[in-house]
Order: sequence, then structure tokens, then C-alpha cells
Amino acid sequence: MAMNPLQNSETTEAEGNGAASAAALPKKPKWSKIKSAGTAQSPLLGALMFAPAVLYLALIIGGPFVLAVLYAFSDVRIGSTGMHYVGLENFRSIIQSPSFITSLKNSFIFTFFSQVIVIVGSTILAVALEKKFRGRGLVRFLILLPWVAPISLGAIGWKWILDSLYSVINWVLVAVHLYKPFSAPMWLGEPHLAMASVILVQSWRLLPFSTVIMLAGLTAIPKEIPEAAAIDGAGFWRTLFQVNIPMMLPIINVAVLFGIIFTFTDMTVVYILTQGGPFDSTQVLPSYAYFTGILGSDLAAGSAVSLFLVPLLVAIAYFMLRVAHRAEVV
Amino acid sequence: MRKLTGGKVGGKVLLWAILIVFVVALAFPFYWMVITTFKQNSDLYDLNSNPFIFNAKPTLDHLKFLFGQTMFVRWLENTALVGVIVVAVTLLLSIPAAYALTRLTGRWGQRLGVVIFLTYLIPPTLLFIPLSRVISILGLQDTIWSVAVVDPSFTVPFSIWLLMGFFKSIPRELEDAAMVDGLTRFGAFVKMVVPISTSGILTVVIFTFTLVTQEFVYALTFISTESNQMVGVGIPIFLIRGDVYYWGSLMAACLIASLPIAFLYNLFLDRFIAGFTVGAVKG
Amino acid sequence: MAVVQTRNLTKVFKQGEQGAVNDVNLEGHEGEFLVFLGPSGSGKTTLLRMIAGLETPTAGEILIGGRVVNDLSPRERRIAMVFQSYALYPHLTVYKNIAFPLKAQKVPKHTHKEKVGWAASLLGINHLLQRKPRELSGGERQRVALARAIVREPSVFLLDEPLSNLDAKLRASAREELERFHRRIGTTTIYVTHDQVEAMAMGDRIVVLHKGYVRQIGSPTEVYDDPADTFVATFLGSPPMNLIEDTEVIVGFRPEHFRVAEAITDTHKIPLKFRVENIEYLGADWILSGLLVGGRFDGKKAVSRLLFGHEFEIGKTYDFAVPERRLKFFDRNTEKKVEARTLAWQ
Repeated sequence: MAMNPLQNSETTEAEGNGAASAAALPKKPKWSKIKSAGTAQSPLLGALMFAPAVLYLALIIGGPFVLAVLYAFSDVRIGSTGMHYVGLENFRSIIQSPSFITSLKNSFIFTFFSQVIVIVGSTILAVALEKKFRGRGLVRFLILLPWVAPISLGAIGWKWILDSLYSVINWVLVAVHLYKPFSAPMWLGEPHLAMASVILVQSWRLLPFSTVIMLAGLTAIPKEIPEAAAIDGAGFWRTLFQVNIPMMLPIINVAVLFGIIFTFTDMTVVYILTQGGPFDSTQVLPSYAYFTGILGSDLAAGSAVSLFLVPLLVAIAYFMLRVAHRAEVV
Repeated sequence: MRKLTGGKVGGKVLLWAILIVFVVALAFPFYWMVITTFKQNSDLYDLNSNPFIFNAKPTLDHLKFLFGQTMFVRWLENTALVGVIVVAVTLLLSIPAAYALTRLTGRWGQRLGVVIFLTYLIPPTLLFIPLSRVISILGLQDTIWSVAVVDPSFTVPFSIWLLMGFFKSIPRELEDAAMVDGLTRFGAFVKMVVPISTSGILTVVIFTFTLVTQEFVYALTFISTESNQMVGVGIPIFLIRGDVYYWGSLMAACLIASLPIAFLYNLFLDRFIAGFTVGAVKG
Repeated sequence: MAVVQTRNLTKVFKQGEQGAVNDVNLEGHEGEFLVFLGPSGSGKTTLLRMIAGLETPTAGEILIGGRVVNDLSPRERRIAMVFQSYALYPHLTVYKNIAFPLKAQKVPKHTHKEKVGWAASLLGINHLLQRKPRELSGGERQRVALARAIVREPSVFLLDEPLSNLDAKLRASAREELERFHRRIGTTTIYVTHDQVEAMAMGDRIVVLHKGYVRQIGSPTEVYDDPADTFVATFLGSPPMNLIEDTEVIVGFRPEHFRVAEAITDTHKIPLKFRVENIEYLGADWILSGLLVGGRFDGKKAVSRLLFGHEFEIGKTYDFAVPERRLKFFDRNTEKKVEARTLAWQ
């Protein structure tokens, strides 16, 4: 499982390339009554085994995606029977809508800051968890809770913790005299604080998963390399920053990519905590699409809004994959 | 005996400090759910009392309310049922697909694998709008089947990716030996490869199940009747009556819906990490 | 340069179980090429790692240059180590790999280029400085690993089976390079291997280890011609020494000393009739295996190594002999070497 980046193994080369292994396999013995699909690759069988998944995804994702594009260029509403082409009308009105601009801006802020917190936090936590210690199992369980529990429920928990009147955080702040009673922060009621709150809750939720990924990357480093660094004279911090973390970059990249895509397209935390408020200060693209499309019954506009997600995601994914390719460690 | 240098002691203190901070930050909400669940309302809503202790006797009222006067149990059942169905569908679709991509299709298969993964760039928060139309056309509107049919769309790509990593690590010789012994390619797959991959399959099961319980947007959009709703949507929508939050019962519901999954997850965590590592590191 | 010593060095990994290294006492010589030789599980790598500071001893002391280093970190011991996998930093260029120890030890930056250049020239890898490890061949990686080790001018070199990851063909030339390298540099070197050929070829002295215990320490000649016990006797030399159990002793003689009686010029030789059961032609040698016939050792297996074996046939019995002075005797119970004695051979 652990990568040995220096192993000149032919297996890793041959693995992915079926043609090579086809050439390496022995010829079928003539006496064999094997009705196999051939010792070489079996494109037919492969396609057959592959087809259900592809079909399903084409139906559930491909089709609706096309439909979404069509909607965005139409005037369809919930309950409307027909659909008329309206050109770029929806996009025009959206771009001019201040709510949309705010949502777009908020999406970036929301994603950027939560990802920074998550990456830094999970790296620290992964390093702390790497070596065995007593109680590690329990710590692991507790740390995973935000990821495992359904996010809407965790968010409700936070809503109670951040409640305007009964927030336990505020109780503590008042108790240590940092704030006077009834003047403690309105975590979900004040625009900037609300944004900070949703960012924190999203980070809280993603941290465990990211930590797992980081841990995987950390443990994949062959143990001889930090040992060589120790012998070369590197202390803990130098080894961490100049050896371990650089070697983890491919996996950090994966974690960031996942995190960005996930966060950018997620509306649950915002919906539960603030419903986009106060005054759109926490509205993000997906939640705005929901409110416009479903609650506002304007399917066309809603589709147009969420369509904005696609080019952004494609751009981000492309960028990250380029970075990954260049940072190839092995 | 190695003497403990100042650096070593300091290092340990720092380590524990970090761990404590993180554990508190991550697990506190659940601790808080536990406390709130058992606190009497008079205690809960008293601004002057210390929230960390029980100022009045702990009570089971909230739990009674949750189980007796809400559809909580129904939502749990719905979610469990949908979870099982989606897991089954996901396994049926992704295991053969992953195998095909790993062994049978060569270069174009690999490219197709990448395309499959690109479907994650088309998120539920984009598809939910057209899908709501599709669902109502299919007549599945407001049933649990709507979610069951749609959820595999985000579980299948990841499962395929995970399983590909697993299958790649199984030596080809195993299947070749089976085929020489008389099995067909497909037979070798079913009888040899699948049984060996229980670790990977288990990982997929756990991951898929948790993804289903987490799902929010589709359930919110497709299902409107209380009795058909999933637990993740039912609790925030229906346990808040008017503008009144029944915090005690809310927290109880959150706790009960979260912990069993957490225990299950933790049981299989090592397998999960192993599975993920195989997929991520080799893939 | 420094001398490495261990006193009563022990390492037990799991309490109650057999120790990986047991009560090892050794004293290196300055500038020597010392080999730790043994099969897997013999403790040789654990011993090396304790000297490096990568494992903590359970008991005993390690001294480098006369000072006890048990409490010193690897960096403070001024040693350099080459790992079996070379452990090159995959994300750094060859230049940066070699410069890393200099950076870590806070050597002044302006001297880096010069030192790296010196180390690279020594190993002939100047043209590889801008490459990354994954672009190098096995032999080149070994040289980079050596350059990285030498650049700090350590007092001791530790090498952990650096040749085992190389192809068989490459191994011989890489081995030769290592020997030349050591002659040029002259730094005390400790080399771990399970390959007795490597040990014999490269070592000034060999420490033979088995199950965590030192069986013998000596020059190649000493361990080969005068083994301290049956383990050493059979571990060194291929094919291994013939060992025949007698009532109180085990008698040993090497296959190359067990030849046709007529060809042996020694006056004192022990005649042994030998029925050939199997013949292997290896090109430069012939290996004949079979049974001894008649006399004290009737029915015991024996192996002979000859330069010329064409005229032998399977199933035939021949008059072989062993020069008396080549016989080795080991106590039957302790398996340790004992005094030569005369036995009635017929």
C-alpha cells in the first residue's frame, strides 16, 4: 500500500496498459474448452459490464443537465405546460440582480475561507494523529462525528449553539465578562458574523474527511525518507515542511479539489443556519438557485443561476489538475 | 534510559493541546445535543442558569415527544430503506463498471472513467431543478422512490473510482489461473475477484450509506409530505412548528439520527481508510 | 573518522519475546569496512539502526569515537546512512538532495555549491544534478545516495543492504564502485548484508549474526577458514560446508576440499568413498552431490566442488578424500568449534 516512489517496478507500468499485459499472457492451450472472452482484453464484455452505470448516469445526469440548459433559455415555471425560447433573457436579468451578484461573491468567499481553514486544520490534525498514542481510537471517533452525522442535523446543532438568545457560546462570553449580558454577538443575525458562522460550520463539517485524506497521504510516505532526513540533520519542523508536506502535495491537491467542488455546490449549511440571510449576506449560488427556482417557482431563472456553477467548476478543476500534473512527485 | 529533553516534553504538551482543541471543536456540538436532549424546558430556556449543568432534574420529555408526537421514527425508516436500496443499486452498477474499466477496456475505458468522474462537476444543486420535473413526470413525486432513484447519481462515480483502485491491486494472475482452471472471464470475476474485494465493497457500502443519509437538496425538493420525508430534511422542516423551535426534541432527533451511523462508520473506519488509500494512492 | 563500539547492546521489541539483538559486543577499527552478515531476522539491520540512532537500545551502550552516544539524536552522531531503498527525496533535484544535509545542519549557504560539486565529482554524477530521482537508474540512485551521505564528511558510514534493490547484473559493478569509493574516502564503514559473497568480497572484517547473537567476528579468511561454529561454517561458502554428525562431534569439510583422492597432494588425507547421485555443471565449476560409502560415515550426504567433472557418472562410486588439515570439528551439542581430533575413519 505504501508507495515506494523509487521502485522501478514494471507492474505499475503494465497495470494500466492492458495491451502490454495481453502480450505478456501465454497463448491459450489448444485443448482448452474455455469459453472465455479471450485472454486479451474483452471489449465486448467490458462494454456490457460498463453499460448499466453509463446508461444510468446518462439518464440521471446527462439528460437533466441538457434539460437545465434548455430551461435556462426558456420561460418555464413550476406548473407551466409549455416552454418558450427566450434567449439570454434569464441571464440578463440575473446578472443585473443584486442578489445574484451578492450570491456569486459570497460563494467565493464562503468556499475560499472554508477551504483554507480546512486544509490548514486537517494537515495539523493529521500530523498530530500520525503517531500512535493511547486513546487514539476514541479521538478518531470523536473527530469523525461532524463528517458522519447528516450535515443538516449538525447544522441544526450549531443553530442552537449560535442561537440569538440561548447561545452557549454567548453564555460563556458573558460569564467571563468579555461581553455584557444581552450585548453578546448575534452570530446568525449580523451579516459579517453570519458569514463567519456559515464558513466555520462548513469547515467544521469538512475537516474530518480532509483529515482522513491527509492521514492517508502522510502514512503513504515511506518511513525511510523521514529517517534519512533525521540522519541528515533535519529537525521536526524542517522534516515536516521540507519533506513530508511537499511529498503530500498530490493528495493535498485531491483534498482541495474535492473540498472546493463540494463547498461551492452545497447549500445545506446556509439553508439551515441562515436561509441566506440576513439580507442575502450569506446567500450562495446554490441556495439562491433553490429559492429562485423552487420557492420562487421560476424554474428557468433557477436553472440559469445554477448553470453558473458549471464553468466555474470546470475552470477550477482544470486548474487543479494542471497543478497536480506539474507537482508530480512520483 | 533516554532522558526526556525539554523539547520532547514541550512537544508532547503541544500535541495534546492541539488534540484537545480539535476534539472539543469537532465533538462539542454532539455533547451539547446530549445535554439539551435531557434538559427540562424550564432549565433550557432560563437565561440565568448555567447551561453546562442540570439545574433541574434530567427529563425524558423531549424524547417522548419526539417518538410519540412526531413522525421521527417514520423518517428513520424511510431513510434506512432508501439507504439500503441505493447501496444495492450502487453496488450493482459500480462493481461491474469498475472491473470493466480496470481490466477489460484499455485506453478508451480509462478515458471513460475520467469522464464518469467529471460528472461531479454537474452538481445536485444544478440538477435538482430539471430533475424535479422529471420526477413528477415519472409520477414519483413526493415518494421515497424519487430519492432512491436519483441518489446513485452521486454515489456511483465515487464508488467506481474506489473500486477501480481496489481491483487494480489484485494481481491478474489470479483470474488467469481461474480461467485456466475452466472459468469464463465473467465467472472468474464473480467467483474470484468479488470475494477478494470484500474490503473495498464494504468501504463502498459505508460510504454510500452515509452519503444517502447526508443528502439534502433532492429530498427537500422532491418530497413534500411529512410521512414520506427523509430524516435529514424532516427534522429541520417539520420539527419547527411555525417559528417555534422545539430545541429539546430537535437535539434529541439529531443525536439519535447521527450516533448509530457514527458507530457503524467507526467500526469500518480502518477498512475505509485502507480502501481510500488504495484508491487514492494508486489511482 | 571514528571507531564504533558497542557494549552489551540489546534490543527487545516485545517484552517476553526473543530479543532482536542480544548482548552484542564489538569494537570497530578506524577506517575499516566492517560487514554485519546474517540471514533475515538475524538482527543485523536492527543493530545498524541502533548505531544510527533510529532505534533505542533496550540495554547496553553505543560508543562513537570514544563517547557514549545513546542519548544523542542521529544528527548529533555525525553519521551518514544509505538505506536499502536509498530514500532519496523524490520531490527534490539531485543537487537539492545532496545539499539537504548541508541545509539541515545550517552549513553556510555559500559553501553549498562547492561541497555538492565535490561530492558529485567524487561519484561522477555531475551531469545528473538537475534531474529528479525518478529519472535515474538504480546505479545512479546509489551514487546520489552516497553523495548525499559523503557531503557532510561524516565520521561513520552506515549502509543497509544498498545492493539488494539492484538487478543481479548491476550488483557486481555497483559493488565494485562501493569498494573503490571506500578506498578513496577511507571513512569507517559499516555495511549490512545477507549476501555472504558481498561480505567476503568487501569486508575487512565480518560480524556474523544469527538470531540476534554474534557468532563470530573476524576477517574473511578467519570466518571462512576457521569458523567459530556450524552456523558460520555453513553460512559462508557456497555450496555450504559438509557437516557430518558423529558420536561426540560434528565433522566438517568444505566441498572444494573434498576431491578425488589421487588429486590431493597432502600426505595426511582422509579417504572417503563417494557415490555420486547428482551432477551439476555450472560452467566454471562442477557440483557433485551424493553419499559417502563405507567406513564411519557410511550413508551420509556430501557435496564436492570440482574444476573438472566430465568423467563422473551418476551411480558410480569413487575414491575421494579430504586433506586432514582441512577438517573442522564442532561440538555436537553446542555446535561450537573444538580442537581437532583423530578419529578412526574405517
